[in-house]
Amino acid sequence: MTQMVDLPQVRGVKNIPIEEMFTSGHRTCQGCESALTMRLMVKAAGDRTIVTGSTGCMYVANTTYYTSPWVVPWMHTQLGSSGAAATGTAAGLKALMRKGKVKDEPINVISFCGDGGGIDMGLSGISASLTHPEYNHLVLLYDNESYANTDIQVSGSSPWGANSTFSPPGKVHRIMNTRWKKNMVGMLAAGHPDCRYLATSCGSYGLDMTNKLRRALTIGGPTFIHSIDPCPKGWDYDPKFSHELGMLAVETGLWVLYEIVDGELFLNGPSKAIAKGMKQRRPVEEYLSRQGRFAHFTEEDTKFVQSKVDDMWERWWGPGVIPINVKED
Amino acid sequence: MSTTIEKPEQELLISGSEAIAIACSMADVDVITAYPIRPYDTVMQYVSRLVADGEMDCEFIVAESEHSQFEIVKHASAVGARVFCGSSGVGWFYAFEALAVTAGLRLPVVAMVGNRALDDPGAFGTEHNDALAVRDLGWMLNWVATAQEALDTALMAWRIAEDPRVFLPCAISADGSFLTHSQVLTNVPDKSLVDKFLPRYDRGDKVLHPDNPITVAPQVNEDWLMEIRRQTDDGMRRAKGVVEEVHEEFRDIFGRGTPSPFFEEYMTDDAEVVFVGMGTLALPVRVAVRQMREQGIKVGFVRIKWFRPFATEEIKACLSRFKAIGVVDRDYSFGSPDFGGVLYNDIRAALYDSEKKPLVISFIAGLGGREVRGQNVVEMKDVMYEALATGKIDRDKQWIGVRR
Ligand SMILES: Cc1ncc(C[n+]2csc(CCOP(=O)(O)OP(=O)(O)O)c2C)c(N)n1
Ligand code: SF4
Ligand SMILES: [Mg+2]
Repeated sequence: MTQMVDLPQVRGVKNIPIEEMFTSGHRTCQGCESALTMRLMVKAAGDRTIVTGSTGCMYVANTTYYTSPWVVPWMHTQLGSSGAAATGTAAGLKALMRKGKVKDEPINVISFCGDGGGIDMGLSGISASLTHPEYNHLVLLYDNESYANTDIQVSGSSPWGANSTFSPPGKVHRIMNTRWKKNMVGMLAAGHPDCRYLATSCGSYGLDMTNKLRRALTIGGPTFIHSIDPCPKGWDYDPKFSHELGMLAVETGLWVLYEIVDGELFLNGPSKAIAKGMKQRRPVEEYLSRQGRFAHFTEEDTKFVQSKVDDMWERWWGPGVIPINVKED
Repeated sequence: MSTTIEKPEQELLISGSEAIAIACSMADVDVITAYPIRPYDTVMQYVSRLVADGEMDCEFIVAESEHSQFEIVKHASAVGARVFCGSSGVGWFYAFEALAVTAGLRLPVVAMVGNRALDDPGAFGTEHNDALAVRDLGWMLNWVATAQEALDTALMAWRIAEDPRVFLPCAISADGSFLTHSQVLTNVPDKSLVDKFLPRYDRGDKVLHPDNPITVAPQVNEDWLMEIRRQTDDGMRRAKGVVEEVHEEFRDIFGRGTPSPFFEEYMTDDAEVVFVGMGTLALPVRVAVRQMREQGIKVGFVRIKWFRPFATEEIKACLSRFKAIGVVDRDYSFGSPDFGGVLYNDIRAALYDSEKKPLVISFIAGLGGREVRGQNVVEMKDVMYEALATGKIDRDKQWIGVRR
């Protein structure tokens, strides 16, 4: 499987393929942006694709016997094994094609996971999968910022201070989640020099996401995309605001859109405009105050988050990319 | 059918691990994953050498944990690749989640378990509790006693596991050190015979491929899970017949193998008192049995080869011929009935409804790789004869060769 599926970059929303590979049958909440991520993922990839998905909402709520929404072949994988699933699927195909046991043709291999499955439990497997330049696959992490399927518990990717069923604001401890969200793409980029493509994305920027998916699937070797997905249930807001909240995450600078191609960093969309000084970062308060999970925040809490986001933009190497301040002497 | 060996087999001085590595190469395995843990890892050392020398064409992947190791082969098997994997002791347990779902998904993964104690406290030696842990999950499970049997059983394992009537994973258990590391002269068959015996793995309409866009393992809940479990049970029931069928064919093509695929009898013809055990326990027990026979004591030995599927009828018919059975477990099952071993409890359950019921006595021996000596076997024989004479089993004498 040396060649890749032909997936040209899409110029303009109107040129996004019309075919749906993720259709009716799923049971996700109204306004679930992770479901949108799934839809965009397979739309961009097309029908010559195999998808594996780890346990979480996108399995339990998404993939029920007799009502599977998947038009493409799909297989469940364990909560912490999205990396291994990608490697195993790609390695199996590679061996079979090399030996002539199945037809030698390009097939996309995508393995997705949630933030709990990918950022916490499955980190070592994803890391290992990115060290195999000989296997072509994409690991897509859909990040709804909690263990959503098990009732919204805090994960290593939940934002500081967020209310969850394992981090409820209480009478003595207002802030139960004192951890800052893990920086997944930066960590993977820094640690896997052979990985040719890593990116962040957000379903509110569908075209950007489609093209990132296609770059990831055509560049060769293992690749990684981290998508931020507003989750009405876990974030506690009216489902009609999902799209808007995704945009706010980016416009406040909490979520930075970028891609790292062969070791070169490119900012995208509003994040690029902000970095170039063509656009102002909006205050994080506009984002936080729209979600019930931050309803217990005091002014000080909001200020704290703002200062951390300012740090990301002013002190990190690349805005929100790597939390290292490169000092010149 | 007569045996037709076009080219004489090669005779090589190899260990059990090396024998299984050679079987991997002869079976043209597509994906193999490794992770280091003693003693099983020797098989992967041989595999990696075969790959490095170009004697074997496969994807050889060194995983970052046993969990990934077993998940990788699980997924490779789902797209139609023939796979091999393995582990020992706590490594096997680290992979446990993957092991459970591999059986649930009906994927014919073949694995080697180099039996090892579940340390802590630290111990490299053999104990069977690692492999036995999957006994209820839908894994086929067998114990081999020699490098020859390891090689032959591995070849049969793919054939049985990949049979669409079965589609279940299979673990070949080999006692750590005693078998994984010790070398004996072994017949390595000609590749053309292996090709004749072992067809390609064909997953049919269950293969994951864009031309066959199925959804594998969707959420089924109480609506369907019970039917699916029942299907796995059916597969395991059919596996018993397939083991017999494949074993027969193997004997035809390669000209070797025990008469029964499920167990091997030693000096049992007129025996009164018989030991039952698995794996390399056969070595010391057979020597002791032979010596006791020279003194006119009517003892024998039955070595169980396939633990899952358990050949209930055959084992019952075999063992109900004797007056007393001493089941020698190289494992423990704390708090189980009679505080006996795992094999003991299965053997005794199998004999429950037989017309002639021998006395069944549990012995725990050789844990952590401790040597089972001739004198231990004689000791067990004495316990059994005493029980026969008094009609009572002295349960204080269950642990053999242990300091108080
Ligand atoms: C090994 C293991 N531990 C725990 C669970 C229980 N579990 C099922 S779904 C889930 C949540 C996963 O969270 P995430 O990966 O973020 O996906 P989400 O549900 O948020 O979509 C958990 C913890 C499991 N399935 N497997
Ligand atoms: S809980 Fe969140 S991620 Fe899960 S289905 Fe609902 S909206 Fe989607
Ligand atoms: Mg989540």
